[in-house]
Amino acid sequence: MQPVVSISNLSKTYASGHHALKDVNLDIARGEILALLGPNGAGKTTLISIICGIVNASEGSVTVDGYDIVSDYRITRAMIGLVPQELTLGAFDTVWNTLSFSRGLFGKRPNRAYLEQLLKDLSLWDKKDSELMALSGGMKRRVLIGKALSHEPSVLFLDEPTAGVDVELRKDMWALVRRLRASGVTIILTTHYIEEAEAIADRVGVINQGQLLLVDDKLALMHKLGKRQLIVELETAVAKVPEALARWALEISADGTRLTYTYDPHNTHTGISALLQAIGEAGLTLKDLKTTQSSLEDIFVSLVKRK
Amino acid sequence: MNTHAVKVIYKYEMLRAWDTLLQSFASPVISTSLYFVVFGSAIGSRIEQIEGVSYGAFIVPGLMMLALLTQSISNASFGIFFPKFTGTIYEVMSAPISFVEILLGYVGAAATKSLIIGLIILSTAGFFVPLEIAHPVWMMGFLVLTCISFSLFGFIIGLWADNFEKLQLIPLLVITPLVFLGGSFYSVSMLPPAWQTVTLFNPVVYLISGFRWSFFEVSDVSVGLSLSMVLVFLAACLLIVWWMFKTGYRLKQ
Repeated sequence: MQPVVSISNLSKTYASGHHALKDVNLDIARGEILALLGPNGAGKTTLISIICGIVNASEGSVTVDGYDIVSDYRITRAMIGLVPQELTLGAFDTVWNTLSFSRGLFGKRPNRAYLEQLLKDLSLWDKKDSELMALSGGMKRRVLIGKALSHEPSVLFLDEPTAGVDVELRKDMWALVRRLRASGVTIILTTHYIEEAEAIADRVGVINQGQLLLVDDKLALMHKLGKRQLIVELETAVAKVPEALARWALEISADGTRLTYTYDPHNTHTGISALLQAIGEAGLTLKDLKTTQSSLEDIFVSLVKRK
Repeated sequence: MNTHAVKVIYKYEMLRAWDTLLQSFASPVISTSLYFVVFGSAIGSRIEQIEGVSYGAFIVPGLMMLALLTQSISNASFGIFFPKFTGTIYEVMSAPISFVEILLGYVGAAATKSLIIGLIILSTAGFFVPLEIAHPVWMMGFLVLTCISFSLFGFIIGLWADNFEKLQLIPLLVITPLVFLGGSFYSVSMLPPAWQTVTLFNPVVYLISGFRWSFFEVSDVSVGLSLSMVLVFLAACLLIVWWMFKTGYRLKQ
């Protein structure tokens, strides 16, 4: 199937000489939620800004639904909605007026019913006549989403959509993103929060220092790179790991009551049974057993460090 | 053509003027009326006629131009500078809209506001001095062309400026002196010959001269030359704005 957004050999060097993007290639499938993870200054916002027409690319090309973002900008931009990272809103406009403005700007004729439903979906209908400066940060964030959706885009870019918002609103946002996806909108979001990507994304891309390190299905990524740990709690503390357990490369806690065994869950033989047997034979008494799966965050940190 | 976008930008900018009615319309009219009171009535009554026109009436075109130029520049520069300053420009930059449509919205609204101010000042002037307009079509032509040209110029300043100081720099240090020294309050022929020659390097002279000719059929330079200079200025501004959008100067990185 043809990707809805296709990025080929995209590079960006700013006038300052900063190389923000380095030969990025990425295809985004229609109707998916793609999370771009990366530390500050990784190039996430630059990538989004180029696709939306705010920043000029130095090299490479981008197509949206098969149309080039430069030569067919009228078609591509009409398909795209952008929620910026900063709360950039005019102070004196009302919620209704700012959404109407955005809709018109993107070439759509006024549609009162659509905007009314949109504001209701965003729990902003009772604030439609309020001035933007009178709204809370969370409401402003929702207004920005409303503006981005005002022209009924099929591709939505969310640049750090939940930065600085409380837990409740963050969960509301995730629910909204899922509803949008269900309605057929393709969503690309950048985030610092691994938890966010883990909760809502279908695929995860990791970007660092302008390079796209990898893009993969979220579950496949966790499956592929995720490690599991078995934590053994002992009744009595030991000073060191017994010689008989050396082949499992156990880590011992500072107080000597916990042994940690890291293993690959996809191996046919994980060695757990043999380990437990060896622990018994070594005269150690088990108090408790626990296993943990490495999170997307661990995977992200290890990938970024590796580079 | 994205007519919806042009409409919403135009409407937004006009509503901004309406929301600040006193600042947008009352302020230039009051200050121009004060000029009429001081120069037209108080001092003007002691000055002889200039080329057959009473001094009070003679300064009307110059005062209108002074208000038009400053208001056109101020309206248009602020209109585009403020979204840049607040960051809301991202929306215009990411919209399916060409630079011509952006100009029609922003510059069209700024020029309309200036035109309204010009016509209000003209009506106000009628209360202070008897006015007759010899060539009303030419007068409107110069009025509209000036509003558009200097709104375009203001738009360029708004794009160029990256702080509030720069936004005020050219209107205060360049435009106001050029208008005052461009024959707003006197005829160029009243100056010593050497200064007359220097004055001809001031582009505003051509503007005021042509505009005054449309009122009283008296001018410092030929009306054809005046019209040509306005059109050249308009074309130059269009060219600069086109280049700015093409290269993304101060808009896109």
